Amino acid sequence: MIGFYTLFYKELLRFWKVSLQTILAPVLSSLLYLLIFSHVLSARVEVYDGVPYTGFLIPGLVMMAVLQNAFANSSSSLIQSKITGNLVFILLSPLSYLEIFLAYVSASTLRGLIVGLGVYAVAAWFYSSPLQSILWVVLFALLGSALLGVLGMIAGIMSDKFDQLAAFQNFIILPLTFLSGVFYSIHSLPPIWQFLSHFNPFFYMIDGFRYGFFGVSDISPYISVIVVLCCLAVMSGWTLWMLKSGYKIRS
Amino acid sequence: MTPAIEVQQLSKRYGKLIALDNLDLTVQPGEFFALLGPNGAGKTTLISILAGLTRASQGTASIMGYDVLTEYSEARKRLGVVPQELVYDPFFTVREMLVIQSGYFGIKRNDAWIDEILQHLDLSDRAHTNVRALSGGMKRRLLIAQALVHKPPVIILDEPTAGVDVDLRQSLWQFIRQLNLEGHTVVLTTHYLEEAEALCNRVAVLKQGRIVALDSMHSLVRSTRDYTLELRLSTDILPPGLTIWPGKHNGCLHSLKIKEYTEIETILAILRQSGIQVLDMQLLQPDLETVFMKITGSDAAGDS
Repeated sequence: MIGFYTLFYKELLRFWKVSLQTILAPVLSSLLYLLIFSHVLSARVEVYDGVPYTGFLIPGLVMMAVLQNAFANSSSSLIQSKITGNLVFILLSPLSYLEIFLAYVSASTLRGLIVGLGVYAVAAWFYSSPLQSILWVVLFALLGSALLGVLGMIAGIMSDKFDQLAAFQNFIILPLTFLSGVFYSIHSLPPIWQFLSHFNPFFYMIDGFRYGFFGVSDISPYISVIVVLCCLAVMSGWTLWMLKSGYKIRS
Repeated sequence: MTPAIEVQQLSKRYGKLIALDNLDLTVQPGEFFALLGPNGAGKTTLISILAGLTRASQGTASIMGYDVLTEYSEARKRLGVVPQELVYDPFFTVREMLVIQSGYFGIKRNDAWIDEILQHLDLSDRAHTNVRALSGGMKRRLLIAQALVHKPPVIILDEPTAGVDVDLRQSLWQFIRQLNLEGHTVVLTTHYLEEAEALCNRVAVLKQGRIVALDSMHSLVRSTRDYTLELRLSTDILPPGLTIWPGKHNGCLHSLKIKEYTEIETILAILRQSGIQVLDMQLLQPDLETVFMKITGSDAAGDS
């Protein structure tokens, strides 16, 4: 227990010490998205009845920030430790693979939530969005953040170099996020893209998260929760297997 | 008595390359043990398997009776490893690193011991310095400190003095020797053979993944029986009876290679009969380096 807590604390300290880059920078970039998109689109687009585009956009941006930062935390921590070689300090310790998994994922989840909260707080200046059910909001933020923390671990374990990690980020995480309905409702898409969106797990996270704010969603939040939970279970299982077998970490 | 380290029929293959070949080795508690061998002999692979960083292809290894694979948690709690690479985490200070490392081993309040290690390793005034700002020698000492936070009964040091100043090396060895006297088992690899010779009681020489020599330092050094008898004589020409010994001479200074102490008497007798006066005489013992080169058949003995 002390071992898990220490690694969790170390992971928190790691991003907290560079919070300008790990917390403030993503809040600022989300704010830029908000300013630009709402300026360009708010007069022309109304996704849900009675909800201005800015109001629709905010939960999407918050969730995007949560997901991206949760992913960034575990993946960059792992790749840095691998490349500098200091992962050995963890590998030499009696920490179990389960403790290692939980510590990395919890720290990533927390970073995602902190950044999300920051984006939400800043965005509230521009538009105070309704909050239908805080329970759904928290649940999806938590599950989404955890899932991306796990995906970050997978990317960090599998990559040997920074550019491989960047490829993971640029060719998988970023497209899935941008195509998940952060900026639009999938109901505005042509049928084929609507259909394909259902295979994107990020869509369920953002749609369910948005449901918490407006009580309206493209798909039932119960289905979304189940989909996200299943993804989380499968990805966690995979990560635990890699950690247990020492894949790419213990030769 | 449970061995500190026990390795049985241990093999490690990387594809076609055989890094360790059916190795058997037992190190008893309290030993100061040297692991020597040229580059690629398998020393680091062996250490990595004991530390759980690498998995053996075959065979078993245990620390204080705990299998490094099936009882890894117990085994690692009893083992402190100083890795060869100068690794560090640039996010933290010296003290933070040691507190964190203690936590990984389940130790919560470790300040008294951390202070003591810092003092012994001459890092006290660097406790709040970011690790990034340390010199190479200090980083090396921090690695040693990290390996000791949980007071492991078995300590393995992979090239611990590489890049450390001569005077610091002395205090480092003093500290490690003290740990050994307090009952810690110490295993080290080093390419300073004189260090191994001065500190260790037993030595294993590895070559191509096999142990080619395993003995006490004393008998290993003696085993080569490569003594050199240096004689300063009243003449620069040896009597005919002495030319059967291989040797060389520089003026009146003659060096003869001998195998046994008893040969000295014979040599002196011949000299006396020939009426040659011995002005000075000394017997040179073989050193570990000579032994090492002989065993491994390498010309680069220092390049372990």
